[in-house]
Amino acid sequence: MNLFSLSAWRHRLLRYYPLVALSLTVGITALLLVTLAALPPLGEVGNPSHNLVSLKYIEDGLGDTGALNIVAGMILDYRAFDTFGEACVLFTATCAIIILLRSDTPDAYDTMLHQMEEPHTNIILQSVSFLLVGIMLVFGCYVIANGHLSPGGGFSGGSILGAALILYVNSYGIRRASHFINFTIYRRLVSFSLLFYAAFKGYSFFMGANHLPSGIPLGKPGDLLSAGLILPLNIAVGCVVAGTVYAIYVLFSQGEMR
Amino acid sequence: MYLEMALLLYLIVAAVTVFLRQRLLDAVIIYASYSVVLSAVWLLLLAPDLAITEAAVATGISGVLFFVVLKRIQAMDAEHSLDEEV
Repeated sequence: MNLFSLSAWRHRLLRYYPLVALSLTVGITALLLVTLAALPPLGEVGNPSHNLVSLKYIEDGLGDTGALNIVAGMILDYRAFDTFGEACVLFTATCAIIILLRSDTPDAYDTMLHQMEEPHTNIILQSVSFLLVGIMLVFGCYVIANGHLSPGGGFSGGSILGAALILYVNSYGIRRASHFINFTIYRRLVSFSLLFYAAFKGYSFFMGANHLPSGIPLGKPGDLLSAGLILPLNIAVGCVVAGTVYAIYVLFSQGEMR
Repeated sequence: MYLEMALLLYLIVAAVTVFLRQRLLDAVIIYASYSVVLSAVWLLLLAPDLAITEAAVATGISGVLFFVVLKRIQAMDAEHSLDEEV
């Protein structure tokens, strides 16, 4: 009797479900539109976003950091500690996934080796990735290495590298991919990159300065070897991002990373 | 200007279509196309850094992760999901 009345009650409620959903949607949309109307117009001179900070970056960015790409100068020199925090977030996320999914006992490891599903050999996928993976890897390295000269940098180049590795794993299988990237290499690469970053930019937490001279000569703007620490830091961030992307994919699709 | 308007209009249409589609595979493909168009919009708004990252992360990697999930829950099989739909 009780159950029956409960289900009848639910049926009566379900009739109003579209009405409630519609009113919620309209209400939240109206709220957002009202908030949007209160924002200052786009591109006005007096907007709060037009302040001294952006002027300082645009005028002094090239001289202070030596990077033609002002965004790279900002995220890896003025605000390098923020980027360090982001890289640490990626590392922590992967650690959590590894703790949840990876099993360390040798028995489970051995059975996992046998159960690990290999992709069916797909001739179209293999031919396409034979052409594409090399180009993608070279393009990712290019984006990372030219992060201080042209658009791009560690995050975008690292995700291109990660996407190339994912394509390789999908077409040729985890067994062949584990020759050049496996858990040990991943662990060493990401830990070393993060430690490198921490060694060179961790001190800025204690200094609190805006522009942090590293002592390395900035070089001629436009050269590949210029802009001080930005190039090595871009490479470190790229390694962390590529490793994280690849590890998350492999752990979620295979349930294990060798 | 008109190109930006057309692309933004496509973004709205795609965003609405994603949750109106019943088949999850269609929704993921439309989401990936949404990200491609969004990266073109970033390029038109003179933010090439964002455009590269959007193309790589949103289209490539999160699309691939969605496909992995669909494979895991056996939603990639066309006949299977059609049966569920009817």
